[in-house]
Amino acid sequence: MTALLSLAIDITLLSVILAMLLCMIRLLLGPTAQDRVLALDTLWMCAMLLALALGLRFASIIYFEAAMLIALTGFVSTVALTKFLMRGEVIE
Amino acid sequence: MTPELDTLPVWVSLPVTLLLLLGSAIVLIGALGLVKLPHFFQRIHGPAITITLGTGAILVASMIYFSALQSRLVIHEVLITAFIMLTAPVVAMLIMRTAVYRDLRARERGKTPPAVKDGEASEVYPFSTKKSLSAKK
Repeated sequence: MTALLSLAIDITLLSVILAMLLCMIRLLLGPTAQDRVLALDTLWMCAMLLALALGLRFASIIYFEAAMLIALTGFVSTVALTKFLMRGEVIE
Repeated sequence: MTPELDTLPVWVSLPVTLLLLLGSAIVLIGALGLVKLPHFFQRIHGPAITITLGTGAILVASMIYFSALQSRLVIHEVLITAFIMLTAPVVAMLIMRTAVYRDLRARERGKTPPAVKDGEASEVYPFSTKKSLSAKK
């Protein structure tokens, strides 16, 4: 059962990394700027999930703070980018 | 692999395994939707399931795992869950409003935006340009 659990953790790591690569594809060839912002937001979310899965892999609680910080900065950066795309400046 | 993993009972490791597999499958499906879907307003639905169900499953798996590993209640992943649930609709609304606004602005200048060049996009994007622009002003 523990072998199955460690296999599941490895599968989670691999699929999150694969999802990040797919987001990177959309980020590089997305036709409009809002596509790129959406891909970047998804990339932030996948990075947070990657930190959580690494915490599971190494059985360490430290990765929780990394995931929390990634979630916070991802939200702020996405809001700033959408504001810039809509208005042309971030702080009016 | 860490040695503490062997001490986990089956009734802990089975739901953690299932939740991790569910979460990883949903994250992959969301990223595939982000890449494969043809129009921007369809594409925004892909990351939505990644953010809600994929993140939720992996966070619940992490909670059960660490609670069993340290034999006490470890639920500070609830913080991330609450934050994601609060901010995901805000981010989705902001990105969609940005897309609508930029498409309208590009049409006002007389050129079709690159996302709506492929024919089938006209029914995805139903409202006419002049009416909504004049209603806004």
